[in-house]
Amino acid sequence: MAADLAVPVSAADEGAQVLAQPTPLAAFWAAFRENRGAVFGLAVVLIVVAVALGADILAPHSPIEQFRDAVRAPPVWQAGGSWRFALGTDGDGHDTLSRLIYGARVSLFIGLSVMSVSFVVGVVLGLISASAGPIADVLITRMMDLIMAVPSLVLAILVVAILGPSLANTIVAVTIVYLPRYVRLVRASALGELGKDYVTAARVVGVGPARLMLSTVLPNCLAPLIVQAALGVSDAILEAAGLGFLGLGAQPPTPEWGTMLADSREFIRSDPWIVTLPGLAILVTVVAINLTGDGLRDALDPKMRRS
Amino acid sequence: MLLYFARRLALTIPTFFALMFLTFVAIRLVPGDPVEARVGERGISPERLAFFRHQLGLDLPVWRQFVDYVWRMLHGDFGVSLATQQKVLTEFLTLFPATVELSVCAMLFAVLLGVPAGAVAAVKRGGFFDQALMTISLFGYSMPIFWWGLLLIMFVSVDLGLTPVSGRIDLINFYFDQPTGFMTVDALLSGQSGAFLDALRHLVLPAIVLGTVPLGVIARMTRSSMLEVLSEDYVRTARAKGLSPLRVVGVHALRNALLPVVTVIGLSVSSLLAGAVLTETIFSWPGVGHWLIDSIGRRDYPALQGGVMLISSVVISVNLVVDLVYGAVNPRIRHGR
Repeated sequence: MAADLAVPVSAADEGAQVLAQPTPLAAFWAAFRENRGAVFGLAVVLIVVAVALGADILAPHSPIEQFRDAVRAPPVWQAGGSWRFALGTDGDGHDTLSRLIYGARVSLFIGLSVMSVSFVVGVVLGLISASAGPIADVLITRMMDLIMAVPSLVLAILVVAILGPSLANTIVAVTIVYLPRYVRLVRASALGELGKDYVTAARVVGVGPARLMLSTVLPNCLAPLIVQAALGVSDAILEAAGLGFLGLGAQPPTPEWGTMLADSREFIRSDPWIVTLPGLAILVTVVAINLTGDGLRDALDPKMRRS
Repeated sequence: MLLYFARRLALTIPTFFALMFLTFVAIRLVPGDPVEARVGERGISPERLAFFRHQLGLDLPVWRQFVDYVWRMLHGDFGVSLATQQKVLTEFLTLFPATVELSVCAMLFAVLLGVPAGAVAAVKRGGFFDQALMTISLFGYSMPIFWWGLLLIMFVSVDLGLTPVSGRIDLINFYFDQPTGFMTVDALLSGQSGAFLDALRHLVLPAIVLGTVPLGVIARMTRSSMLEVLSEDYVRTARAKGLSPLRVVGVHALRNALLPVVTVIGLSVSSLLAGAVLTETIFSWPGVGHWLIDSIGRRDYPALQGGVMLISSVVISVNLVVDLVYGAVNPRIRHGR
């Protein structure tokens, strides 16, 4: 009962906030800031981005230089560790800290490339599917069904088997795997919008089909798409790391976090830190992006917001 | 009802054909000639090469090869593995129970832990337990499971020595027939003392690793679905009738809250199998995921082709069954499309 009474008050509050904050960006930030976890996540994401951008300055060594005199050096807090290799070195004498720092660059690059390519292709295919008639619709939806029928990693493995393992092909494989999510999302929300009056109005005025879809309908489908894109970055990072772990992703000596783990398995008994650190980097980054994505959803989609 | 079933079935058939086309094309795009791969490095005379090509049907036009390929698959012939010279279908069927056993146990772990935890979190919303659980669940579904598996091996198997590092059973101490292919069941049936416990000890870590992501997802889903249901009128009515809180939450609310959760479980076969590839690789679990990775390493493309085809067929079939059951249970879905 108390909750029922509280509703009008909080609704009035929100109304006042919207009035007080004129720009949409400020309104968005106000909504986003409510979620402390999301702000924390965003802060961590920004740190990871900064590390990735400043890798050349921050990293003490080259990520692919092998220090033959210090193979599997322990990290600084363990006996025998030194500040020369603060997080130790791996089995080939690579400095782990430097590799982790450069790895942020690789992982973010993978995540962002996959996200932007599948975003653009997904929007195009989704809009075509929603508006270009039944044949195109059936073809595109069937194709997406097919992609989704193959387990993500299995499909990625198949693509890599054809193209050969490399960083670029990892991006291609993961993009194909995640494409259906965007296509289906765009198609569904575009279909929802197409029946609305403002679209009919635009049609009546004589807006052409391309412009109708891109500048009239698309902006109204963006909110869920942005959330999907944010969460898509973390999924792509995880998937690419999984491929790397299987030896099918970026190839050594590329400092990719999953690939680093693949090389570390033999040291599970002797040198646990070689195993622990790259995975921790993946986990922290993915958690931070997911937190941010949840915050985005709460802020952009009032229906989904926690009441 | 029949119409819905027919329509849903009809939608599946083109997907199967597209899948056959995809695997057919994929294997042709792979660099290297299948015959030369089989002959090895010593090489053979051009006549023998032509003979082999003819034997494999590679001298026929491509469309004819595709028709033959589809024909063979429809007759259950998924090719022969280059590495073992065994039928791909036979290999798959031998290994598949191991993957099913692992996946089922992982799902059990996720559901038995995730559903109660999510429900309690919803009831105690905003409290310490709720916040802790949501944090754990966030970490759960963000987890790189291949790393999580290595960590667990490191702590539980290596440091504490509680579980074995790999495999399904201790082959030195236990040997018995495997009529079902499920090691835990077969161990029970064998009647050897300690066999079941040993199989269980092999199973527990892989199941936890594979169940971690679903656990996070299910706990979160149950919580949000439960929150929605708890504010429904019938829950208020049940409370007003004076039913005990346990009954209201456990029977009236949870039952309805579980519907979306069950959908998620039903449709998670695909992601479960994807996770199984990683889990089986870490724990050397002799299932289809491990086999697929091995096939790539050995450049055994027929096995890869047949494996992808079979695994995807399993996913399509399970999704179909889930949809049909759903259509049978929920009239809104049946008439919705």
